[in-house]
Amino acid sequence: MDHLIAGRTADVRISGLGKTYDGGVAAMADVDLTIASGEFVAVVGASGCGKSTLLRILAGFERPTAGSVEVGGTPVTGPGPDRGVVFQDYGLFPWLSVRENVAYGPSRKKLPKGEITAVTDKFIAAVGLTRFAAKYPSQLSGGMQQRVAIARVLANDPSLLLMDEPFGALDALTRTDLQTELRRIHVETRTTVVFVTHSIEEAVYLADRVVVMTGGASHGVPGHVQAVVPVELADRDVTSPAFNEVKRQIAALVHTVPTPA
Amino acid sequence: MTTTAVPVSAAVPTAPAERRPRRKGRLRPVLLGLPVPLLFLLLWHLGREGRWELPFGIRMGFLPYPADVAGGLANYVVGTRDNAFSNLLWEDLPASAMRVFAGFALATLIAVPLGVLMGRFTTANALFDPMINLFRPIPATAWVPLVALLIGYGDQASIFLITLSAFFPIVLGTISGARQVPERLLEAARMLGTSGAGTLLRVVLPASAPAIVNGMRVGLGLSWVILVLSETTGVPTGLGSTIFLARDVVQTDQIVVGMICIAVAGFLSDRLLKLVVRLLFRDRPLIK
Repeated sequence: MDHLIAGRTADVRISGLGKTYDGGVAAMADVDLTIASGEFVAVVGASGCGKSTLLRILAGFERPTAGSVEVGGTPVTGPGPDRGVVFQDYGLFPWLSVRENVAYGPSRKKLPKGEITAVTDKFIAAVGLTRFAAKYPSQLSGGMQQRVAIARVLANDPSLLLMDEPFGALDALTRTDLQTELRRIHVETRTTVVFVTHSIEEAVYLADRVVVMTGGASHGVPGHVQAVVPVELADRDVTSPAFNEVKRQIAALVHTVPTPA
Repeated sequence: MTTTAVPVSAAVPTAPAERRPRRKGRLRPVLLGLPVPLLFLLLWHLGREGRWELPFGIRMGFLPYPADVAGGLANYVVGTRDNAFSNLLWEDLPASAMRVFAGFALATLIAVPLGVLMGRFTTANALFDPMINLFRPIPATAWVPLVALLIGYGDQASIFLITLSAFFPIVLGTISGARQVPERLLEAARMLGTSGAGTLLRVVLPASAPAIVNGMRVGLGLSWVILVLSETTGVPTGLGSTIFLARDVVQTDQIVVGMICIAVAGFLSDRLLKLVVRLLFRDRPLIK
């Protein structure tokens, strides 16, 4: 278990956050959320509820039209290496090998060569891809590509890990494997995680708290936080009655019909 | 940490899928490629002998025999006839190749950075697009009289015309490549700590490499066309100059020899470019 060391971590403060696109479509409004340092928060909701918008604002890819976001006390003004993003479609550089993809972030920080190699090897090993370090992304399965993407972000030692439906394109078995691994990685690194997903089960399995978002342009109500459900299950046995009770509770909230304010 | 849960080996091909044994069918295309050129040579010979008159007013009686051309080629390369063209290839080829290389390299150095900027920034595109569209339709032939007055004849005029002509396909290829870079890769680079300018170098450039190379190959082919044009008058050495010298002394075999040499030089330079690209990228998979 010596592959991973505790990484950096930061708290997140979101207040009065809103996003209205040109043309007046309000994707999201009045989102308030505080995430503690080291916490794993999942965001669930139907398509168009603004959960991906929220994540993209946290990443700095989009600017909010109202409110503010602070990560580790610093306002977010654009993308940066303190906030690592794992995309659903991996976003690996196809012309770089697994090793080069993972070394990309450390190389931008101009770390000494030996340190870059050490960090790179460590995180490739942590996701179990040592044998494939010389391969290119196109030579790997989807699950393996997503492992590379996770290693690439972790090698950059982010204080906040943002994951946008990262396992949505994977088959069920691979998905379960990666969920298990992500839990383990989070236990080891204690990096704060914001995890956007369609799957309530995935959210309950992984998260300390589940943020339920509803609304969205198609409902005539901007996307907003409907409820925040703490998951206080000692063990995350997806077949246990307690687990399913939490799932039912969240499912009911996800399907709440939003009413115009 | 263990990774027993990872069923990896089955999912990964041991080699890129497109690499399969090719030895078997290699002879067939070579054999199939032979009959048509041989028939062409035969008809050429017969046409010359029979002084055929063909459509377009082609009078084949004025052609050299293929055998004469072969002799002229030998003389041009190793000096078998002891005339003005003996051994001349070794003066002409370096002179012409230097002009093509200088013009093409200059065009690439200007066109690639400009194309990257124009492809990524609307401001840069708005600034340069009208100018490019204004100049692009002007054929190099139309530039020749002006260039003759402004620069004169010689290496500089030749290199200028080649640069001008090779510039457009390269810049257009680069622009289209830079525009098609997946937004996701730019986001990935930014969130990993790449600066705005850094993404141009580390993402836009490699992601547009195939489009840039395509533009460069078109530009290089065009460079040889413009080389001949630029050597029509007043340039003493060069593959093109020799063709026009041969016309002036009515040595048709030498004209055809010059044509063949330019074809071979153009073909070889394209192969050389492809080789350089291959050495540069090795087996790296690039975006299609």
